[in-house]
Amino acid sequence: MTRLAVPKTYKLYIGGKFPRSESGRVYEVASASGSFLANAAQASRKDARDAVAAARAAVGGWSGTTAYNRGQVLYRIAELLEGRRAQFVSEVADAEGVTTAAATAQVDTAIDRWVWYAGWADKYAQVAGNGNPVAGPYFNISVPEPTGVVAVIAPQDSSLLGFVSALAPALVAGNTVVIVASQSMPLPAISLSEVLATSDVPGGVVNILTGSPAEIAPWLASHADVNAIDLVGAGDLDWVALQIDAAETLKRVLAPENGPDAAAPALSRITAFTETKTVWHTKGLL
Amino acid sequence: MTLTQIVQGERSLAVIGGEATDANLRRYLHGIPGVDAVGLEQRAAGLGTRSIKTTSKAWALDRIIGLIDQTTLEGADTPGKVRSLVAKAVTPDPADPTCPSTAAVCVYGDMVPFAVEALGSARGDPEKGGVAVAAVATAFPSGRASLAVKLADTADAVAAGADEIDMVIDRGAFLAGRYGMVYDEIVAVKEACRRTDGTSAHLKVILETGELNTYDNVRRASWLGILAGGDFIKTSTGKVAPAATLPVTLLMLEVVRDWRRMTGERVGVKPAGGIRSSKDAIKYLVTVAETVGEEWLTPSLFRFGASSLTNDVLLQRQKLATGHYSGPDYVTID
Repeated sequence: MTRLAVPKTYKLYIGGKFPRSESGRVYEVASASGSFLANAAQASRKDARDAVAAARAAVGGWSGTTAYNRGQVLYRIAELLEGRRAQFVSEVADAEGVTTAAATAQVDTAIDRWVWYAGWADKYAQVAGNGNPVAGPYFNISVPEPTGVVAVIAPQDSSLLGFVSALAPALVAGNTVVIVASQSMPLPAISLSEVLATSDVPGGVVNILTGSPAEIAPWLASHADVNAIDLVGAGDLDWVALQIDAAETLKRVLAPENGPDAAAPALSRITAFTETKTVWHTKGLL
Repeated sequence: MTLTQIVQGERSLAVIGGEATDANLRRYLHGIPGVDAVGLEQRAAGLGTRSIKTTSKAWALDRIIGLIDQTTLEGADTPGKVRSLVAKAVTPDPADPTCPSTAAVCVYGDMVPFAVEALGSARGDPEKGGVAVAAVATAFPSGRASLAVKLADTADAVAAGADEIDMVIDRGAFLAGRYGMVYDEIVAVKEACRRTDGTSAHLKVILETGELNTYDNVRRASWLGILAGGDFIKTSTGKVAPAATLPVTLLMLEVVRDWRRMTGERVGVKPAGGIRSSKDAIKYLVTVAETVGEEWLTPSLFRFGASSLTNDVLLQRQKLATGHYSGPDYVTID
């Protein structure tokens, strides 16, 4: 007797919950060979709005944790991802149509990337910050601080690695993220949200939308409560218009990148979403 | 007493069928049919599903602002906080001169002089674009004080210049069935609202529905408040959860509607506490329009008691005006 297949419903990830799109829309996700994989939620502008609200609410808690603790939380994501390697290998292989070996390599690289960025959490401030020279009996110190809510358009031609490469650095400094997954290959990203939900990442720190970046990105770029936007995967969109929208509210903007090296690991991806605060402090008065 | 007050009082006694004693009031209030709780909640939920878009939404948002009693009722209130509250009430959105001002500011009695001074020429009848000063009185929020203290509290606020008085009923007496006492207290406070020139501050009667436990009690308290001469019936102090809910407000509106049919008089309703989003506020507008009619959507007959609602409405207004989502950085921190 054949067993009835139990297809999975892929939903959004907003504020630590898995809602359907407010619009009720879904779209078909096909494998690289064209066969039906699943229906994914097609997020609307209102889902983006809700995601930004959830991200804003989470800024205080996440940016308020110690750098060491944030590093531990990000490392925990890598640990859980390692435990579900087989699932992600098969999903990546289905989505991208690559061999199991290539999919395994991609998942391993994604896990390693979490570890790499986790390590930076309590170290980037030492590198990006500075004790400034002064001519008096006090200290003058510049420290990087998280900018707040970061919107990310994930790379569109990579299902997992590109997504992780864009997401992880934005979290390191204590920002919260609203990220739009690859439109054609969103399933590994949503599965990653299950990892995030069961790891120690507080709800609202990462919010994942699936659907059309062309539809959602303008709302995120123009949203006055978004502090920065990473357009790494927006190369096929009208990204100049998005930059102009973002400039209206003085957002930090990262430009699109193409090819397999898009969002390559770099300290600059962490510092791009920080603001430098400079303070002075007295030396001992004795 | 003025002639109208005497007429009103006599009509109430005629409705009750005798003097306002515990026994007569009990006979009348307990003779009112019970509330169908499931039907009430379903009706309220149904009214909450209306989709209000574009021009209707723009109208609703402006109207909501014009119906708000901008409120601060904290132990930590200072004259400075009241002044900034007044500034917010007069000019809710400084970046947009087309934004209407709120109906009133609502403060504790001792803050009334500061509110009056800060309002200056902006103070006036909200029906004519002014901003009124409302004061809570009668040992707000608990109402646990002697009648003499409550009356002094009220007279003090009126003398300081309050245009409207928000009084709390004695819930303990109400729940103990001493309706006559609650009735007499409202009548006495109404009398204390009179100014020396013969005019009278508007009286809002707070039922504190969160402490009345049942819908039947809310309906009885609404009748009691109206019979005793309240110009407004108000859901809650905002200090008790649950505060205003849509079913409770719908129930009070139905009483107001029935009173109108019975006597031709129009009594106002003020939901207060817990209304924080424009979406919720629009549901209340729909409920008012569907229950008592659109003519009630005016500051003399309907108010929102709210402190954080204004900001959400302003964010929605900005979204409609600019076409993109706004954020809390673009409104004041209250």
